Amino acid sequence: MAPLLNVAGLQAWYGESHILHGVDLHVNAGETICILGRNGMGKTTTLRSIMGILSKRTGKIEFDGADLMNVTLHRTARAGIGFVPEERGIFATLSVQENLMLPPKVADGGMSVDEIYNLFPNLKERRNSPGTKLSGGEQQMLAMARILRTGAKCLLLDEPTEGLAPVIIQAIGDVLRELKKRGMTVVLVEQNFRFASKVADRFYVMDHGKMIAEFPVADLPNQMTMLNETLGV
Amino acid sequence: MTTIFGYPLVVWMGQLLLGLINGSFYAMLSLGLAVIFGLLRVINFAHGALYMLGAFVALLMATHLGINYWFALVLAPLVVAAGGAVVERTMLSRLYKLDPLYGLLFTFGLALLIEGTFRYFFGASGQPYAVPGALAGGMNLGFMFLPIYRGWVIVASLVVCLAVWLLIEKTKLGSYLRASTEDPVLVQSFGVNVPLLLTLTYALGAGLAGLAGVLAAPIYQVSPLMGTNIIIIVFAVVVVGGMGSILGAIVTGYLLGIAEGLTKVIYPEASNIVIFVIMAIVLILRPAGLFGKDA
Repeated sequence: MAPLLNVAGLQAWYGESHILHGVDLHVNAGETICILGRNGMGKTTTLRSIMGILSKRTGKIEFDGADLMNVTLHRTARAGIGFVPEERGIFATLSVQENLMLPPKVADGGMSVDEIYNLFPNLKERRNSPGTKLSGGEQQMLAMARILRTGAKCLLLDEPTEGLAPVIIQAIGDVLRELKKRGMTVVLVEQNFRFASKVADRFYVMDHGKMIAEFPVADLPNQMTMLNETLGV
Repeated sequence: MTTIFGYPLVVWMGQLLLGLINGSFYAMLSLGLAVIFGLLRVINFAHGALYMLGAFVALLMATHLGINYWFALVLAPLVVAAGGAVVERTMLSRLYKLDPLYGLLFTFGLALLIEGTFRYFFGASGQPYAVPGALAGGMNLGFMFLPIYRGWVIVASLVVCLAVWLLIEKTKLGSYLRASTEDPVLVQSFGVNVPLLLTLTYALGAGLAGLAGVLAAPIYQVSPLMGTNIIIIVFAVVVVGGMGSILGAIVTGYLLGIAEGLTKVIYPEASNIVIFVIMAIVLILRPAGLFGKDA
């Protein structure tokens, strides 16, 4: 079966700086993959290029059989990809509820508001407060929750655990496992290796704008020496 | 006779009314400026020209097509809004990626072009626009005489400002607008057609200016320079209210109109500069403006 998301030879630039030097990756439907790598190796840029936020790019990006290379930014989401940025992007002038309802539905099959509030009870309690009055963990939950409502098939998650307390990280892990049960496809960028090993099916290791390794989670013990060298963990 | 600070109540009320009328126009114009600045980050110097355009479209509709005030009140703002949409789509949208100064220079040039064209065809002197029959005359309120048309302008502008505020604060479209003001790229990545939203926003601001122009036509003379005269004050209103603040623009518009009117009672010579004195004081004490977020 063809992968849901297929990226081949992706190159991307920020202005004059050449960041991605030919990224190849594929994600099967329902799979959670994790991109590991040190800071500045192009992990976030990979997600932003797939999304089309970075428009200076060449190569191939296919999603669900559709070519995404010549698609404008607001049509990428319509294809069924949702993006949760590293800085979370919660809007201060919108209430929690308004933040949640902001992204338009792109397909049927998204979670209902009730289901989301069951999964994130904190958000329900605080639905009328301004978005940025939430704690960091709640903001991360909200950033994920608002994509789940849209019916997107694939979630691009940029460092969801960054700066959060262990108990919150655990909760985010629970949410990701719940999403997997529902068949969601996830591309995770993560520095927190322990967290990633509990949720991901497959790993990519990124270095200087390229994927230098790919292995399934079962192979993780054999890869530890290589990971220690490239990631310095 | 009742007096306050030694001036008769009638005088105070008369100037309060005049201030409210001017404030109505300041509020509608600065509201449009604030909405445009908030989302497009463009300081729309063409706003005065769009206001003038609204008045002229109404006048030309009346003289050439026999369209009455009430239809013009709807049609003229739509014409100005459509013109605004075309300008944004074909020209202004190309400048967003450049320094904000380019947007300012472009709209300034556009204002000169529009005003120059109208001066060429209509001269600098004003042309009268008749008050619609239903709103002619006035009524005696006991303490003052209220021309009905002026009362109508105040009510109409309050309704319009409230409607725009509700649109922005309470609707789905408004939440797109507020979110895009914070982070347009992220909102677009959610699948919202932000470029279209920018066009609609400019059209909304232009339409508001056009509407203010139609409302103004029977009060002030319709002249190619009417926009130039008011736009500087409106910029001061936006600065005092806080750049980009919707509520700030509305409230400050009325307040400064009233301040200007009341100053006329006490010291008429100062009425032309009182708004700028207030602006200077606000800039010293609260540089972000009365309703602006401290940044």
